[in-house]
Amino acid sequence: MSKTFSFRRFGMSFYFILLMLPIYWMVSMSVQPNEDILGSFQWFPSNFTLDNYRTIFTDSSWYSGYINSIQYTLMNTVFSLTVALPAAYAFSRYSFAGDNQLFFWLLTNRMAPPAVFLLPMFTLFQSFGILDTTLAVALAHMLFNVPLSVWILEGFISGIPRSIDETAAIDGYSFPRFFIRVLIPLIKSGIGVAAFFCFMFSWVELLFARTLTAAEAKPIAVTMTRTVGASGVDWGLLTAAGSLTLIPGVIVIWFVRKHIATGFALGRV
Amino acid sequence: MTQAVKPRDNRAWYLVAPVMVSIVFTAVIPLMMVINYSVQDIFGQSRLFVGADWFNKTLEDPAFRGSFLRNLAFSIQVLIIQIPLGIVLGLGLPKKGWRSSMALVLMAMPLLIPFNVVGTIWLVFARGDIGLGGYFLNNIVGLDINYAQDSFDAWTTVLVMDTWHWTPLVALLVYAGLRAIPDAYYQAATIDGASKFAIFRYVQLPRLRGVLTIAVLLRFMDSFMIFTEPFVLTGGGPGDTTNFLSISLAQLAQAFNLGPAAAYSLVYFFFIQLSCFIFFTILKRF
Repeated sequence: MSKTFSFRRFGMSFYFILLMLPIYWMVSMSVQPNEDILGSFQWFPSNFTLDNYRTIFTDSSWYSGYINSIQYTLMNTVFSLTVALPAAYAFSRYSFAGDNQLFFWLLTNRMAPPAVFLLPMFTLFQSFGILDTTLAVALAHMLFNVPLSVWILEGFISGIPRSIDETAAIDGYSFPRFFIRVLIPLIKSGIGVAAFFCFMFSWVELLFARTLTAAEAKPIAVTMTRTVGASGVDWGLLTAAGSLTLIPGVIVIWFVRKHIATGFALGRV
Repeated sequence: MTQAVKPRDNRAWYLVAPVMVSIVFTAVIPLMMVINYSVQDIFGQSRLFVGADWFNKTLEDPAFRGSFLRNLAFSIQVLIIQIPLGIVLGLGLPKKGWRSSMALVLMAMPLLIPFNVVGTIWLVFARGDIGLGGYFLNNIVGLDINYAQDSFDAWTTVLVMDTWHWTPLVALLVYAGLRAIPDAYYQAATIDGASKFAIFRYVQLPRLRGVLTIAVLLRFMDSFMIFTEPFVLTGGGPGDTTNFLSISLAQLAQAFNLGPAAAYSLVYFFFIQLSCFIFFTILKRF
């Protein structure tokens, strides 16, 4: 027994080392001057420097990329959850004309390759005059985040016994009051998980974010492409910008770490 | 959709209305526009109805067929590698204490890295001169890895990158599925004197069906839509070796080749929907 156990631990440790190595490498490059990166190969940074980070934090064309990305990610999370909550409740509690078809159809939007919607969304948002704003990206990301939120929240709401709804009604709670005072606190963890996923998918997406923005609302991911210039790639700056994009992710994982496993199963194991 | 009897009330549509509005704007109208483009030849202001021409051209286009087969091969390899690996990792994850939280947080990390940064990480990591992985394989193991020039290396690097990026999702799903198995099942199996493999085969695997269905569907869809990571890493090259469907579609779209791009999109979208439906039906049978 103990033999298999240590083998398992060895295997898992090995996997985690492999998992972390590429990330380590990017972070370690970001704290080196470019001469060291391109010079002789070294396993650990020898001339530690924060110059690359200093460039990013002092140049507004760099840090505005982060602000834009965070802006549309947060907007998208709020929008998606707001529209998804009542719908999830409806799917979980009532049967209505076309409910199954609608539910499945919603999910098929999660399967739509963003590349398919690229052109029409560009034209559509252009005619609304919201091209090159963070709002446009936030709205475009609702394409996949709304169905996902409905799916996750429906799972969590179905876990709440219906007797609670009835008790609240008998106690004289109106529907909106029941929804905000009773239901939402009960599915807090579900909302957390859904918010986590909205944040995640909006934060990592690039295709929409790139196509729907030009100058004003450029996300950090696009700003990063600037590091490839005529004189070659500015590796230090590129990896520093990349390393900074890890931080929001780590923060949100930390918040939902207790629910992360159920969350990834989309609340339905 | 788990409860047995739900009261029937069409007023529930009011609650669904906000979702409908958002979906109309982000999915229905754009899809209509794609369909509209796909049957016309659009050049500046002039529009000409061409019927199914673009569809015929797309289906006969060797470049489309090439990308399609390449993408299909990629998705199949992704499933063959990542699903078993994810199951093994999910079984191996620590179950309690700080070690478990730590493992889960570390494992989820690649999932929260923007796609282009994933591409960048591997762009740097796999380079033979300045990348740890490339350097190690070339100078210490003695291989000759060059993902920018050798097509086999490019393909393998994209596959390894995708495995690095997405296997954690499968592992986390499996882990969640395992946590949901009541202890009584294991106790009963132990009393029956079941071997570890028997426990896996007859207790754990059947209870993982739900999460594995999600895992297979998500991995198939997402690998079939893969765009940013190979775009950053190889740009579709060398030659066409890693030119997947989304990459060539984005090229068409950016050239504002409306008709062909729209027909391409619809064929692509239809295939994803169809295969997801087939997967879903097969996996439900088990």
